[in-house]
Amino acid sequence: MVKPTLVTNSIRSRRDEAGITQADLAGRIGVTRQTLIAIEQGRYSPTLELAFQIARAFEVGIDDLFQYPED
Amino acid sequence: MVYTERNTWSTLIATAVIIPGYIIVVLQQAAGGPLTSVDWFPIMLWAIGISIAATIILSILWGIFAGLRDPKGATATDIRDRDIDRMGARVEHAFLVIAGLGVIALCAVGADVFWIANAMFLGFAISSFVGSIARIIAYRRGLV
Repeated sequence: MVKPTLVTNSIRSRRDEAGITQADLAGRIGVTRQTLIAIEQGRYSPTLELAFQIARAFEVGIDDLFQYPED
Repeated sequence: MVYTERNTWSTLIATAVIIPGYIIVVLQQAAGGPLTSVDWFPIMLWAIGISIAATIILSILWGIFAGLRDPKGATATDIRDRDIDRMGARVEHAFLVIAGLGVIALCAVGADVFWIANAMFLGFAISSFVGSIARIIAYRRGLV
């Protein structure tokens, strides 16, 4: 019913590596934990601004965090 | 469950109870006779009032319960909530347009005021119900 997004992300693995909880990251980027979970699971496409905020929280570029398949 | 999802569930539950309740009361008042003879206006006002009150009370009680478990996050909202709300409003709008067109059609054929008022009333109720369903699906399955 809901069209899945082609955008994937590595937030979960980056978060695990950095030892950051969902609640911590959600608090840093100003969203609820449920929204962060939805982004991690590909159930919500973040806005460009939010994507930049998440990337900045890990001190990486957007391309390092979000991937879009080649044609 | 976030604040706005709880409120959406409250609206959905209240609407799901009130719509059938209203229809049952109107049918009982008709007692097998013509529906147009029913004094529908007070029943409709009560249905609207109870629906609003039930939604508010349910939201407050659920909010208190949620606040006990997570005091900080009980009323938090963010951009995803706003996106989902906008999507739900678009769905509601579509059903309101259908109801409005139905009302115009009923006026055009000179239908009894009972049918005109109830078409609009059910249009409001159904649009609210369907909009809430759309929001719940977006919360549960995703919005991409």
